Amino acid sequence: MDASLPAHMRPERSFQGFILALQRFWAEQGCVILQPYDMEMGAGTFHPATTLRALGPKPWNAAYVQPSRRPKDGRYGENPNRMQHYYQFQVIMKPSPPNLQELYLKSLAAIGIDSAVHDIRFVEDDWESPTLGAWGLGWECWCDGMEVSQFTYFQQVAGFECAPVAGELTYGLERLAMYVQGVDRVYDLNFNGREGDAKVTYGDVFLQAEQEYSRHNFEYADTAMLFEQFKMAEAACRKYLDAGWREGGNRKQHLLALPAYDQCIKASHVFNLLDARGVISVTERQSYIFRVRELAKACGEAWIHTEAGGAA
Amino acid sequence: MPDLLLELFSEEIPARMQAKAADDLRRMVTDKLVAEGLVYEGAKAFATPRRLALTVHGIPVRQPDLKTERRGPKIGAPDAAVQGFLKATGLTSLDEAKIQRDPKGDFYIALIEKPGRDAIDVLAEILPVIIRTFPWPKSMRWGARSGKPGSLSWVRPLHAITATFGLETEEPDVVKFSVDGIEAGQTTYGHRFMAPSAISVRRFEDYEAKLKAAKVILDPQARKDIIFADAKELAFAQGFELVEDQVLLDEVSGLVEWPVVMMGSFEAEYLAIPDEVIRATIRNNQKCFVVKDPKTGKLTNKFVLTANIEATDGGKVIVAGNERVIRPRLSDAKFFYETDLKTKLEDRLPKFEQIVFHEKLGTQAARIKRIERLAAEIAPLVGADVAKAKRAAHLAKADLLTEVVGEFPEVQGLMGRYYAKAQGEDDSVAAACEEHYKPQGPADRVPTDPVSVAVALADKIDTLVGFWAINEKPTGSKDPYALRRAALGVIRLIAENRLRMSLASALRQSLLLHHRTFSLKEADSINSDLANESFPQGEAFVDFSANVLEFFRKSVWERCVPETARSLAGAIAKRFNDGGDAPFTEMYEWARAAQTVSFAMTKIRIDEIILDERPEVLREMIVDAENFALSFHGSTLEDLLAFFADRLKVQLREQGARHDLVDAVFALGDQDDLLMIVRRVEALGKFLDSDDGKNLLAGTKRASNILSIEEKKDKRTFDGAPDAALYSLSEEKALAKAIGEVKAEASAAVAKEDFAAAMSAMAKLRPPVDAFFDKVRVNDDDPKVRENRLKLLNEIRSATRAVADFSKIQD
Repeated sequence: MDASLPAHMRPERSFQGFILALQRFWAEQGCVILQPYDMEMGAGTFHPATTLRALGPKPWNAAYVQPSRRPKDGRYGENPNRMQHYYQFQVIMKPSPPNLQELYLKSLAAIGIDSAVHDIRFVEDDWESPTLGAWGLGWECWCDGMEVSQFTYFQQVAGFECAPVAGELTYGLERLAMYVQGVDRVYDLNFNGREGDAKVTYGDVFLQAEQEYSRHNFEYADTAMLFEQFKMAEAACRKYLDAGWREGGNRKQHLLALPAYDQCIKASHVFNLLDARGVISVTERQSYIFRVRELAKACGEAWIHTEAGGAA
Repeated sequence: MPDLLLELFSEEIPARMQAKAADDLRRMVTDKLVAEGLVYEGAKAFATPRRLALTVHGIPVRQPDLKTERRGPKIGAPDAAVQGFLKATGLTSLDEAKIQRDPKGDFYIALIEKPGRDAIDVLAEILPVIIRTFPWPKSMRWGARSGKPGSLSWVRPLHAITATFGLETEEPDVVKFSVDGIEAGQTTYGHRFMAPSAISVRRFEDYEAKLKAAKVILDPQARKDIIFADAKELAFAQGFELVEDQVLLDEVSGLVEWPVVMMGSFEAEYLAIPDEVIRATIRNNQKCFVVKDPKTGKLTNKFVLTANIEATDGGKVIVAGNERVIRPRLSDAKFFYETDLKTKLEDRLPKFEQIVFHEKLGTQAARIKRIERLAAEIAPLVGADVAKAKRAAHLAKADLLTEVVGEFPEVQGLMGRYYAKAQGEDDSVAAACEEHYKPQGPADRVPTDPVSVAVALADKIDTLVGFWAINEKPTGSKDPYALRRAALGVIRLIAENRLRMSLASALRQSLLLHHRTFSLKEADSINSDLANESFPQGEAFVDFSANVLEFFRKSVWERCVPETARSLAGAIAKRFNDGGDAPFTEMYEWARAAQTVSFAMTKIRIDEIILDERPEVLREMIVDAENFALSFHGSTLEDLLAFFADRLKVQLREQGARHDLVDAVFALGDQDDLLMIVRRVEALGKFLDSDDGKNLLAGTKRASNILSIEEKKDKRTFDGAPDAALYSLSEEKALAKAIGEVKAEASAAVAKEDFAAAMSAMAKLRPPVDAFFDKVRVNDDDPKVRENRLKLLNEIRSATRAVADFSKIQD
């Protein structure tokens, strides 16, 4: 931890200071610090900087905060730590460096978690995303019995083998910050690190949003429109994928992988909303997941035929 | 002789894989050593979260030299053959070959000596192969090398390999090899946080000691012992008792290299939650042990955690952190439990209409109805109150829809019991909610409360009959629905409760209930087709109509028919009104359907009249209808009974019964009363342990042997009663008389199910049988006398069949 920081910027005092400390730490490891992707998604993994960049031979090191929307997890702001919108901090390093575990532990130290007094453990947790056609092996990282991060070595993404393998870290920011700040209710987190009248809490920023979006997700989201949006996103994704292929000389190239993938992200989120509204039956659910996965796979295939995907 | 030390140092290995991995490493290395002629003295393997280690001691320094002889061409063979021989054997000239004489001529023989290699070189060759082919259940690639094909796969990234070989008295050598860029050496690392520096190791003894100094306990058993002893001690010191949990202990010992056991607590208000739920919460999510008060046997508000470090603050932060995690978990559990209590179990049942148990076997709701009806049928046979059995079956599955069971599937049944009790159900009904799942395996307790027994039997029989009816039987090692376990459960429920019931008739009842589910499903689909008028038009209607008619044939006795018949009648009327231009075949099929419907409607009406006037006639007709329904299920029941017979045989054998005695009883055929089979086998076993039994068996066998020889000779059997007039010797008469008496006595005893008495009756046959064989020559010169005596021998055989087929019994 940086001792020169003013009190209101310290990670154990301020949620934003906490985020900045992580960003700074990973910037020093050579990561590009990205800003959140400008679409609704269920997890930081959906960001093209992870899903697509994990594919192909080119090195890639990035870190970013990604707002994550899980419509079903809404609790109208009444649950102390479950929300339909929260932040993930995502780090991806390709190829995975040999000291990734050590870097992770140092990053914990940077946000005030001292491994001399805390019990930090790597507990088996195989990661799989049926919608992304992706899997990897790794752990959930425990601090004093609490899961604080996911640590995954990607083996496959969008149905393609990762070569080389990328290492992915996902920090649940609110949960970690609650632990570091010592609060039991997420809405009590000190957001800006100030005290008295100047203090802004997480609740000041997000409680009303949680209440409104919970109503929206469970009661009011327009399902007819959403069904239509799913179909439209799926069709658009297919359309862009079909339109993007170019045969040049003896190699194939794709010119629209990223716009196509946006539609895949869109379809996935619309599906999550429909699922939260309870209008998708158990059997239909499988088929929706399958449809999104097929899109993700096709986007992955397009991506590896782009320059950043390693085709050039 | 020298020893090998091997350590594979990696990132954290999943706890559940460690023990098998250590075992695999030992097996693979030692097998390979032996295959290379290097017979070792001993080997031991260890695992921690970050390393697999192996020590093999007493390996010879060198492989033994191998001498082999190779035969070459004949003396005087063409030069090409000689040159080929020299080349293949490495000899420089024929002078180095021996000559061997044999009947075919003289041959050159080459003596080839293959000198043994140094063991360390052999190790350098085999170890990388073992590492590359190691059988992890799941393995992965990592790092820059994973971009190229052929990179190493390991359970998690592998960082270092230690491999040394040498004598105790000397500085050992490093076994030189590398795998995927990792050079074997003699450097390892201590505890991740407390002693992360590199350590140079020589051989196993200093390796283990240096690791210990670097806060790593290598031996998993030692870690378990520490955790177990410390956890017990901590609980005891506060006047409590640790709730022992071997599975959890195994797992926890695989999560730490340096176990530090500490005790935390939670708010006493959470003790209002059932103990099992507290335990499941703390154990599954937090891998902590729970603690009970020995005075009450109930849990206390303490838990025991195992950390991986000696924290500089003595563990205060760690304990506080764990308490902070456990609190909301228990708070959730308490919330779930209290929420569950607000809804009565029966009010949850409608939801089961939407939940498919199995695509072909209908919804959970249909299954519950079947179990209810079957439990009601079985209840009187097992001494259970019918109303209670029905009630228990009605509620027994409802807890599957509760929050607590959704969160912790392992407390299913148990929660049903708590919730049933809480809503004031009868004790037996509440108990059955839990116990109807039992016995789950050969070691599980068999319920004894008759209500539990009735529901447990109904539940298991419904499952078995259902899957048999849709032909989803276990094959080989595949038994996805645990049908073998269900069958064993039925057997144990019957045998251990000493229940008298015909299994065949219970299976038959169950199949009729399943038949009803099948019919209702078909009726639903036909009704919805009719309601939507979505049946095919024109020629394709023929198939549809055939299905409908088939449905009526199969389910004419069912209550699902009236509605279908009525809607079909409506559809027919409509079709005749609008279908003027329909093709002939379609209209013809409609007419045929109309005929069937009118028959069904008439029958329904007549049934109603008969039910009012002469119910016994209707009952008889229902029996006919049931038999007709069962005829659609082929040999399902016979096959299932045969499966039960097999499982019973396995079970009896596992309990130590001789398999031939089991066969001898089964050979009698038509055995569907499991308890009678068990008792016959028991009685037979006792009888054959006595001298009378042994001698009677010998006599019976002798009779059988003679009979089978003579039957072969004459190509006929000697069935039928012997002619008393043809007896000439007193031994013959005595035997005939004894057989008559014994047969009557034994049958009477069997009828009273007193198998011990039947066996004692059998014992009376022994003296006359012995005397007969002593004095009487069976193959008399007079063919009539011979035939008569053979018939008498046949009578011995048939008399003994009152209890078992003695010919199946081995000496």
